[in-house]
Amino acid sequence: MKYIDEFREQTLAQKIATAIKQEADSNRTYRLMEFCGGHTHAIFRYGIQDLLPANVEFIHGPGCPVCVLPIGRIDNAIELAEQHKVILCTYADVLRVPASQSNSLLKAKAAGSDIRMVYSTQDALQIARDNPTQEVVFFAIGFETTTPPTAVAIKQAHAEGLHNFSVFCNHVLTPSAMLAILDAPEPVAIDGFLGPSHVSTIIGSQAYNIFAEEYHKPIVIAGFEPLDVMQSSLMLIRQLNAHQHKVENEYTRAVTPTGNVKAQQLMQEVFCLREQFEWRGLGLIANSALKLNADYTHFDAELRFQLPAISATDVKGCECPAILRGAKRPVDCKLLGTVCTPENPMGSCMVSSEGACAAYWSYGRLRASNKTEQAQ
Amino acid sequence: MRAALDLKNGQVNLSHGSGGRAMAQLIDTLFIKHFDNDLLRQGNDQASFNVTSGHMVMSTDSHVITPLFFPGGDIGSLAVHGTVNDVAMAGAEPLYLSAGFILEEGFPLADLEKIVISMAAAARHANTPIITGDTKVVERGKGDGVFINTCGIGRVPAGVNISGDRARAGDAIILSGSIGDHGVAIMSSRENLQFGTSICSDSAALNGLVADMVSTGIDIHCLRDPTRGGLATTLNELATQSAVGMKIAEPKIPIQAEVKAACEILGLDPLYVANEGKLVCICPAEHAESLLAIMQQHPLGHAAVIIGQVIDDSNHFVQMTTAFGGGRIVDWLAAEQLPRIC
Repeated sequence: MKYIDEFREQTLAQKIATAIKQEADSNRTYRLMEFCGGHTHAIFRYGIQDLLPANVEFIHGPGCPVCVLPIGRIDNAIELAEQHKVILCTYADVLRVPASQSNSLLKAKAAGSDIRMVYSTQDALQIARDNPTQEVVFFAIGFETTTPPTAVAIKQAHAEGLHNFSVFCNHVLTPSAMLAILDAPEPVAIDGFLGPSHVSTIIGSQAYNIFAEEYHKPIVIAGFEPLDVMQSSLMLIRQLNAHQHKVENEYTRAVTPTGNVKAQQLMQEVFCLREQFEWRGLGLIANSALKLNADYTHFDAELRFQLPAISATDVKGCECPAILRGAKRPVDCKLLGTVCTPENPMGSCMVSSEGACAAYWSYGRLRASNKTEQAQ
Repeated sequence: MRAALDLKNGQVNLSHGSGGRAMAQLIDTLFIKHFDNDLLRQGNDQASFNVTSGHMVMSTDSHVITPLFFPGGDIGSLAVHGTVNDVAMAGAEPLYLSAGFILEEGFPLADLEKIVISMAAAARHANTPIITGDTKVVERGKGDGVFINTCGIGRVPAGVNISGDRARAGDAIILSGSIGDHGVAIMSSRENLQFGTSICSDSAALNGLVADMVSTGIDIHCLRDPTRGGLATTLNELATQSAVGMKIAEPKIPIQAEVKAACEILGLDPLYVANEGKLVCICPAEHAESLLAIMQQHPLGHAAVIIGQVIDDSNHFVQMTTAFGGGRIVDWLAAEQLPRIC
């Protein structure tokens, strides 16, 4: 299959793996943060770590859009469905994220709320057109990738005069999260970043210049296919060996330096920066999220339904916040595999298939098992 | 004299489930007409037949699907294939089926007739007559058009012992063909997710293929059709039941290009996507090639392939060597597979 099979070719993978083994300096470690959940997923699903030397370590970052959604915002969404009786539309993997008191959108749906899984913002718009007497709210989440479609939906609703449609906006910005990780009081040791692929198609590779220039961290924009991840890792290792710190683009088939300018304009037209926004695991980050700007506030569900700011804490013992910062690994969490499993997720990292814990538990624990057997 | 059933424009109404004349008319002009056979025609509250000596198996399944009609089949044929296959997975020859219909008030009789005709054809093709049935009608809004429950019984040939707990380390794992076709065909025809694909459901009765396999006399240890939860779930079930591990090779698992593409778009793993006309067979490794050759001669097994082997593993992991050369677990599916956001 064109553009997929080529990037999963085993012979090429072995060649890159050999190059990494040859070029990685055995006297040091290479701690590479894959920012994006899609990369985490690819690393575990294809067993990439098996092909690399032990001193090349992947640190899972906060780039899973579902994982970084704070509990309070999911409580708000449930309130919209339960108390305001709206038709709440959202993307599939949001439905299972734990809210306060072990609730979730899926449980609220089972209890009778009208919560619908949609595949696009266009589906949500159509539901609003089909149900003119009911309020329809699109629970919008995600990074720069999913933001332009939300902007399009808002503009369409405005043009059509669709008064029963609104958006509960939770769109967040990638560079802000990367800055938060690097500026943390106790920063995690990161040697370089595998830059997001889908996000970068929108914001372009230039958006990361600050990390290379001011923080001296090399970044390689990497596609989601396994060969992309391996090739990008090799490029990072080469930069680190040469003491370089620049932005490189491995995902040239989709990412340009300036990104998708039309999508950026759309976002600017409809959204503006929030002063601060709470991220699960990273806390409050200034200028890190979007809200509807003055021209479109009449489509803002937060204002329309007077949603309160809810601050809720994670389940006791859950290490999701530290895992999202890259400060801990899934295996460092005592809940992993005991009370926290994909069937019964305690924290957000176990909910989404892109979450580090879910990826580790579903795909990666074979390595731990093999190590135990070898030790015995 | 009651007016003839309007099969072209009529709809199911509550009287069709009332037990009165309207129900008798529906049964006569639709179900008995199309399912027609001697045992059904007896008209009793039960079907009466002779029992032969030997080992019998019985299975039941309820069918709830949206949409009711999809590329490659419909709920009627699916209800027959599902139960015939469940019976056949014991190595049995399916003998008889029952069919219970729960109809929603307002459902078009023309659609019901299409489903019944399709179901009758599937039963004839599988050589497994529907010999008893039941009809209930629920009020509008309390059903989803049509629900069908089928029950099947079958006879296991002497000397055949096929069970999910018989997989042994060293056994070979055979898959009868490409995976994910049914699930993708269903998704492609859902109202909110129509995407262009020519993929048809693989829905089919596998008893003919199983009969050919059993007739070889090879000691087949396990047979299972990987329906809901797909190949991954079936292998996990068998590994747990037999207290063994499994090791499969990703490059050997046949997946049609369109199924791969659809799964990529939706963020789904084809290993977990449903099939309705495939089987997994576990047998001693020394007989695997000859059994494979027999399977490949059957139209429903022509793409059969050995995908891996059973191994000793106290964790009962199903593990896979990826197309990429790495290793990973193929875990149980947690709840329903949900499309990823990004």
